[in-house]
Amino acid sequence: MVDILRNYDILGAFWVTIQLSVLSAVGALVIGTVVAVFRVSPVGVLRVIGSLYVNLIRNTPLTLLMASSILGLSFVLGLSISDQATRNAYWWAVIMLAVYHAAFVCEALRSGVNTIPAGQAEAARSIGLTFGQSMREVLLPQAFRGAIAPLGSTLIALIKNTTVAAVILGTAESAGLLAQITENEGASLGTFFIFALGFVILTLPLGIATTNLSRRLAVKR
Amino acid sequence: MSEPLVVMRDVNKHFGDLHVLQDINLEVDKGEVVILIGPSGSGKSTLCRTINRLETFESGSISIDGKELPEEGKELAALRADVGMVFQSFNLFAHKTILENVTLGPIKVRGTKKADAEKRARELLDRVGIGHQAEKYPAQLSGGQQQRVAIARSLAMDPKVMLFDEPTSALDPEMINEVLDVMVELAKSGMTMIVVTHEMGFARKAANRVVFLSDGQIVEQATPEEFFTNPTSDRAKDFLGKILTH
Repeated sequence: MVDILRNYDILGAFWVTIQLSVLSAVGALVIGTVVAVFRVSPVGVLRVIGSLYVNLIRNTPLTLLMASSILGLSFVLGLSISDQATRNAYWWAVIMLAVYHAAFVCEALRSGVNTIPAGQAEAARSIGLTFGQSMREVLLPQAFRGAIAPLGSTLIALIKNTTVAAVILGTAESAGLLAQITENEGASLGTFFIFALGFVILTLPLGIATTNLSRRLAVKR
Repeated sequence: MSEPLVVMRDVNKHFGDLHVLQDINLEVDKGEVVILIGPSGSGKSTLCRTINRLETFESGSISIDGKELPEEGKELAALRADVGMVFQSFNLFAHKTILENVTLGPIKVRGTKKADAEKRARELLDRVGIGHQAEKYPAQLSGGQQQRVAIARSLAMDPKVMLFDEPTSALDPEMINEVLDVMVELAKSGMTMIVVTHEMGFARKAANRVVFLSDGQIVEQATPEEFFTNPTSDRAKDFLGKILTH
């Protein structure tokens, strides 16, 4: 057990997991917000694009997206982000995690938008705010507050889903390293426990924080 | 003789099979206070809401201060800024304080400096009697107080005309008068107002004209005194009989 801890960089692997989580979470929130605005916009074409995105991405397995980014986009089409193979795989992993979870962020936000009474949008328009201003000033702030709890669940899922990046990242992140340790040292309950604990440490506080936040920031009507 | 402030010409609208507005022609002069009255489902709220295009209409035209209502986009937003609207359910922005509710429009739409907008907002809130509650959130206020804030929010945009869509219908009886008092004062100050309401006391005290709607048509128009004491159409007599006999 001590040998495993000494010979393998478990903390380093979790550090990569954290990086993947933070970077792709930011990306997912940005893309997801844009897609959510598309889905509630008054322009029909944008609504269609938004719903196509959600339905296409949400129903594609993440492993498939991961593999196709490297095999399809990078190797076949030559869309390379970095000349260094590991950096290339790292950034493709971030992009795919962001793109995939953006679909869930969008749906969480849209459910948040749906909790807002229609009168809020009408009042915003009637004082002369444009669609963009109504979104920024009135609808999205309330949608985010109403969506904190489901957004928390999405972020927790994202953190655990970073393990899928092992498909293209190899042993750099935690799940890949776990597979390597199991391969070299044999399966042991202790090793599994260490990795499981690592994820609990990452996800549990996030769940508690978002639950508290959603209670504190809830819009009183 | 200048053009009336609000002009509706042959406006038609359907909700599915229901012809909810039928060839509506209505003119409202500057400074005039017009009451829209009629049975439930007569189209009076819809009529009120088409004036700032919260409801679309199919044919006809509506112009405000000589400008015809555009379809959508920035021009419509600019025109809406000149038309105040007070809703039955107040619709204050729930995540913003009372002060922020009143300053949002001036800052974002008119480009007023924050300090100036806040000074003006406090004056308006004092005028409607909510000055000391500026830092609270809407949910902390009573219905009557919220509605007075909603009026202040509209006034902050210096509107040319104000629309009131059943402003007292969602209020407890003891709060109706505090809102009506503000509206009477507003009418006396020369504001052009179009008000959907059944408050006959208000109509008698403040209105220049009562417009009676039934089944999507304007059936009768008269001064409040004339309309309430001596209605000419059968439908108006029938309607007044129902609301006055209890």
